[in-house]
Amino acid sequence: MRIAIASGKGGTGKTFLAVNLALKAAETQTTLLMDLDVEEPNGGIFIQGDDAETHKVTRAIPSWDPGSCNLCGKCINWCKFNALIKLGEMILVMPPLCHSCYACSELCPMQALPMEQQSLGEIRHLQLGKLDFTESKLDIGLEQSSPLIERTLEFADEHFAEKELQLLDSPPGTACAMVSAVKTVDYVILISEPTPFGLFDLNLAVETVRQLNLPFSVVINRDGIGNNDIYKYLQKEGITLLAKIPHQREIAELYSHGEIIYRKVPAVDQALEQILSKIRSLS
Amino acid sequence: MKEIVIISGKGGTGKSSICAAIAYLAKAELVVADCDVDAADLHLILHPENSKVQDFYSGVLAEIDPGKCSACGLCYQKCRFDAIEPFEGTYRVIDLECEGCGYCYYICPEDAISLIDQNVGKFLISDTRYGCSLVHAHLKIGADNSGKLVAKVKSEAKAIAKVQDKPYILADGSPGIGCPVIASLAGADYVILVTESSKSGLSDLKRVQELVAKFQIPSACIVNKADINPSVTNDIHKYLNKSKVQHLGDIPYADDFHKAIAMGRSLIEENEARWLPIFTEYWQTIKENI
Repeated sequence: MRIAIASGKGGTGKTFLAVNLALKAAETQTTLLMDLDVEEPNGGIFIQGDDAETHKVTRAIPSWDPGSCNLCGKCINWCKFNALIKLGEMILVMPPLCHSCYACSELCPMQALPMEQQSLGEIRHLQLGKLDFTESKLDIGLEQSSPLIERTLEFADEHFAEKELQLLDSPPGTACAMVSAVKTVDYVILISEPTPFGLFDLNLAVETVRQLNLPFSVVINRDGIGNNDIYKYLQKEGITLLAKIPHQREIAELYSHGEIIYRKVPAVDQALEQILSKIRSLS
Repeated sequence: MKEIVIISGKGGTGKSSICAAIAYLAKAELVVADCDVDAADLHLILHPENSKVQDFYSGVLAEIDPGKCSACGLCYQKCRFDAIEPFEGTYRVIDLECEGCGYCYYICPEDAISLIDQNVGKFLISDTRYGCSLVHAHLKIGADNSGKLVAKVKSEAKAIAKVQDKPYILADGSPGIGCPVIASLAGADYVILVTESSKSGLSDLKRVQELVAKFQIPSACIVNKADINPSVTNDIHKYLNKSKVQHLGDIPYADDFHKAIAMGRSLIEENEARWLPIFTEYWQTIKENI
């Protein structure tokens, strides 16, 4: 069973929920948590251990071979991402713009654009009892997070396919990165907060998972702030409200220290119980 | 004309609330650009009206004509994105997987593949109740052209600022450090980083500031919820000092943020006595340093 924790809006508590849920689940079953917010991963702040192993992830980018190139310029026209520029008698490759489609490299009549591996980021893996945790980090300055997300999912398929529960901390938003992470799962938990921002962005996230034909339900974090509109929305749309997590300053303080919250705040522990019993009823 | 971009690395630090407060305060001097194109929220405070809506086209998707396809399978073999699958004796494109690279189109021996321009969203140019113009956008679900839509929002905002003779563009960016953020930084004159007092906030601040430094854009930082964790706040101050990021100020945890959002207004409208002096000082400092 693979479950994504996602949200439209950032900062609604994805990592908080993913980390606490994973640690609690791992008390009784083998669990994998993947932090796929590769631009700004934070799971590793909460889940720490000494024996982490780091895997470098690379991707293929064309490199220009001036000795073979006849400067015909076809590659410039082929590239839909403007990742190749002809400057005087030189072809410049702009790695951040390249999508690694291989078209220029394989179609070049002079074979002047061989593909070369370049760093994309890294996957850090850590095991703590029944929990396996991976955190993927994109190199700063690179534009596309989807390739690293996809590589991490492949890594999980290779190494952790047998884990009973696989949780995935998704990137925020509803653009390609979020879809790359969420499209492979069996179930989605959307987390939002009861404010107009939270409601607007939840609505976008709901549209996204509906378009992907994925079953989902919603957790509301910081219950007590804002207003009740989000609950009315859930009712009107017939969306399951899985749990509410109360707004408490203590939770924010514990979170800010990188602490595990359910062990200290009973209301959070209770909410996690509700979510886990739902998850277990799915499999 | 100067372009100010507000970003945060981490989501939920109060970026849009701070952007709306500055927009309210400096409404006579600026045009607002909401560059968080896949979760735009500023309109919930600025209440745009008289919107001019335009479709935004960017990139292509491949389409296979089954009538022309000879099922040779070349496109299926060559596609690096697994976006082509066998279907009813020929092949078809899985739209969600297609990157629009065109490789299949170039190599198809039957000319059975065409590239279709993609409508990836829309952008809107609106009046607001503050009097300043707002350029905002809505990216289609799963679209991978967010950077180009951000660039479009910014270029429209610039054009309007020119016509209206406004000296500043205020852009609300998206979380993260990837393509929409990089697009919002291109051409910016000044960056306001909004972080929060938590280990996650600091970690994300460091990554986003490293990106800003690559662009060599001067930056300043507001530390929100600063009293939640005084020791992390202290670490943030040290980091700002070391990285030559100007420290605009600390804001303690305040219920006014979500109260104002719930009422659909800016912090200053929510509690003028408290927030007007703070943002007046921030805005003065920003203008002096830009």
